[in-house]
Amino acid sequence: MVVSGVTLIPSAPRIWPALGLLLLLVALGLASAWTMETQGHHITGMTNRIVWGLPHVCAIFLILTASGALNVASVASVFGRSDYKPLAPLSALLAIALLTGGLAVLVLDLGRPDRLLVAMLHQNPFSIFAWNVLLYSGFIAVAGVYLWTMLVRRQNRHTAAAGVVALVWRLVLTTGTGSIFGFLAGRAAFHSAMMAPLFVAASLADGLAVFMLVLAGLAAFGGPVPDTALRRRLGRLLGILTAASLYFALVLHLTWLYAPDSRAVSGFLLLHGGVFPVLFWGGQVVLGTAVPLWLLFRCAGREVLAASLVALGGLEQLGVLLIGGQAVPQSLLPGWELHSAFGDGSAAAYAPSLPEALLGVGGFALALLLVLLGCRLLRILPARLSEVSA
Amino acid sequence: MSHGPTRRRLLAAAITVAPGLLLVAEAAPRAPGSPVTAHTRWGLLIDVARCNAGCTACVDGCRHEQGWGGAASDGPWIRKIEATERQTNRSVSLPVMCQHCAEPPCVEVCPTGASLRRADGIVLVDRHRCIGCRYCVMACPFDARFFVDTEVHDQRPYTPRGKGTAEGCTLCVHRLDAGRLPACVEACASAGGAMLFGDLIDPTSEISQALRARASTALRAELGLASAIRYQGL
Repeated sequence: MVVSGVTLIPSAPRIWPALGLLLLLVALGLASAWTMETQGHHITGMTNRIVWGLPHVCAIFLILTASGALNVASVASVFGRSDYKPLAPLSALLAIALLTGGLAVLVLDLGRPDRLLVAMLHQNPFSIFAWNVLLYSGFIAVAGVYLWTMLVRRQNRHTAAAGVVALVWRLVLTTGTGSIFGFLAGRAAFHSAMMAPLFVAASLADGLAVFMLVLAGLAAFGGPVPDTALRRRLGRLLGILTAASLYFALVLHLTWLYAPDSRAVSGFLLLHGGVFPVLFWGGQVVLGTAVPLWLLFRCAGREVLAASLVALGGLEQLGVLLIGGQAVPQSLLPGWELHSAFGDGSAAAYAPSLPEALLGVGGFALALLLVLLGCRLLRILPARLSEVSA
Repeated sequence: MSHGPTRRRLLAAAITVAPGLLLVAEAAPRAPGSPVTAHTRWGLLIDVARCNAGCTACVDGCRHEQGWGGAASDGPWIRKIEATERQTNRSVSLPVMCQHCAEPPCVEVCPTGASLRRADGIVLVDRHRCIGCRYCVMACPFDARFFVDTEVHDQRPYTPRGKGTAEGCTLCVHRLDAGRLPACVEACASAGGAMLFGDLIDPTSEISQALRARASTALRAELGLASAIRYQGL
């Protein structure tokens, strides 16, 4: 099947106000990053105990959803479901846009973003972080080529091969992202081989949720309105992936709870860690999984609401994992109660500030801006609804 | 590095307060231009029985020497921890700083190689290569690596610090290279006298002899990082 896509027309309703709003949010994000760099990170809620905060939650969420946004394209190109093909270009464009937004937040949150060139020229081959720099840059290139094979008719014959490369690449990418945490042997709340599959599952669920939200949002700007059958198919897939994501989180906690030396980690994150148990049970489990599953499998026509909740639950999951994981006191002397002026033995506190929140929001805005521009300039979207549901 | 008598000097402050335990040992100066080699590995043995609760001489000495602590958000390059064993209720006080691991997680994870381990085992940060990603802070099992999040004033000429970069205990590498002891060790000698500093490789050094004679342990020994900082009496 050949995709005959169309562009959003300039006269589409609300497109210019939306572009203006997104540009404003991107500008606010940049201004926040500039303020953080010139004044220093002391203006954020991040400290020497919570060194990665809200910007990292947003950045990693965007990176994970970039990988998961390719679900639809992979299903079409790799698994041969031709009914998804008309939406495959949007899937690839969204993946590139989300990763760009995530990378922008990560880079702008650096203590010395002006030294980005240093990171390019001097790479430590043993650093999982350095591996991820290559994985992220490569992902944009791979997804770009994949998109190109879909948009240029005479390159369509290469789409399947590009789709396989993109599928493998994004699985490696999310494995690498999870391993940024899973490889930290000194941190009980992170060190686990479960982190990689957990991140893969979360990316598949959250990425599909974001894809469904963007597809629904584009309809407001003249994009195609997916029919009931397509919405239900995507919704069922979302339900399965969301349940899988929670499954990995539960297995991780069961593993921690089983061993006495790591029981304190789960105890903190699930029971007595202040806001983190609320985010886990209320955010990820109830609002992010149980309610969406009920909506997807028991209530027809609630797919967009369910996708919104899954995405929100995914953000909360990362908040618990990343920030809660750092808030858990490190056990320098197992079996001892510790006290110090630095806070040894007690949970670390974190309250995000406006600049770091704006930086995170700016990443989302940049991703959406790129999607909107891409849909305006390239033949990304299917021409007719019948193509979507064919 | 030569250990010849002409290159050695015993510090005047070196005192012996217990049989066989020299609290501060000598450090041989490195000749200008001579390379740091792996023939030396500097380390510390800290006797927690001699470390008094409430005493912050090592912390004060380090802060004065290195110039950190001017901002409220500065990370403590060395800090005192009061610890009580849950099963026995025994309490001890101990200083914790960068443990100068043989296999430092901060060095492994650093994307640019800014976190580095010198041939003599001292773990440092190249401030000119650090991009401020804080992954080393995440990776440190001892909470001993920090991020400078505000403008730095009153910098010491021998210890550059910079907003937006990581930092931590340097084991007073500038003093060691000049044949002097780390500031914390020197300060402790005139307080509790709990720190023994020296070359872990040289079998004749006081610290090597003390480590052979007495039981000691590393913090988080289960990680297998082979720290250069050992604790006696835990």
